Amino acid sequence: MTGRVGVVVFPGSNCDRDAYNAFGTVLNQKVKFLWHKDTSLDGVDVVVLPGGFSYGDYLRSGAIARFSPIMSEVVKFARDGGLVLGICNGFQVLVEAGLLPGALLRNANLKFVCKQVYLRTETTATPFSSGLSIGQVLKVPIAHGDGNYYADEATLKSLQDNDQIVFRYSTANGEITAESNPNGSILNIAGIVNKNRNVLGMMPHPERASEQILGSAAGVMVLKSVIESLN
Amino acid sequence: MFKARIEVTLKKKILDPQGKAIESSLRNLGFAKLSGVRTGKNIDMSVDEQDVQTATTLVHSACTRLLANPVTEEYEFELFDETGKTVVQFSTQHTGDLKGTGKS
Repeated sequence: MTGRVGVVVFPGSNCDRDAYNAFGTVLNQKVKFLWHKDTSLDGVDVVVLPGGFSYGDYLRSGAIARFSPIMSEVVKFARDGGLVLGICNGFQVLVEAGLLPGALLRNANLKFVCKQVYLRTETTATPFSSGLSIGQVLKVPIAHGDGNYYADEATLKSLQDNDQIVFRYSTANGEITAESNPNGSILNIAGIVNKNRNVLGMMPHPERASEQILGSAAGVMVLKSVIESLN
Repeated sequence: MFKARIEVTLKKKILDPQGKAIESSLRNLGFAKLSGVRTGKNIDMSVDEQDVQTATTLVHSACTRLLANPVTEEYEFELFDETGKTVVQFSTQHTGDLKGTGKS
């Protein structure tokens, strides 16, 4: 069970080292940073777009990062079936790049929300959730101001029909309620995959929940699924 | 050479929490007759082209490729000549298509 993980570093990324630590130290994988100006993915098996505030979130979150030189390689890699995991700002970059449908709007309550939340696993038919069970609840932190997932009705129906909703905000018991929705996301959506199921975007931070000392180790199961699916 | 002013706003059907917060503050100040507050952003730039049609196409392309997100936003823009006179007005509102007066 080994893979080579590439963590993209944009100016303003701030969870790149968390991702490096989770894959490298906790899961004992080979990890390397990929600078946003690089024009090669250097043969990695998995690309991680980390959390942060790439380009200061100017214009719209992720809007400028998606035109970084490395992104044309990431788009090609994704179109060829390569595994791409976008966390928080990485999710925003993926929707701006058109690799995932919908958009991430300002949180409905206008607040930057930084806290532990619960996610209910909606599907295990993805390389990112194959190690989980349907209905399994994960305690993982969020830290964002623009995490309010939006998609029009046709897109939502297509997400549901194709089983693309991977995680939804829930209570600790796995109930989907308005109170457990931290940002106003439609249908409590916290993470989705593309139709080909090789690109996942999620607002919560599994890499920040990779060791018990961080308050939860539940997130590491997501990262472990990715590595196990490589074999 | 033209000047362009682009206005990007959230589509009407999308909740604008900033607009709502501003509206509730106005309400608290006693502005009971002000409602439907929506926010947006202005982007100003110079366009180094001589021909108005070429300049319009260029600005439109900038809007679709980067300045507005077609999933959530709509935009309009105006082009001004060197005297400050409006020579083009475009809006994507209502139809989502390029609609303009295009007069020069």
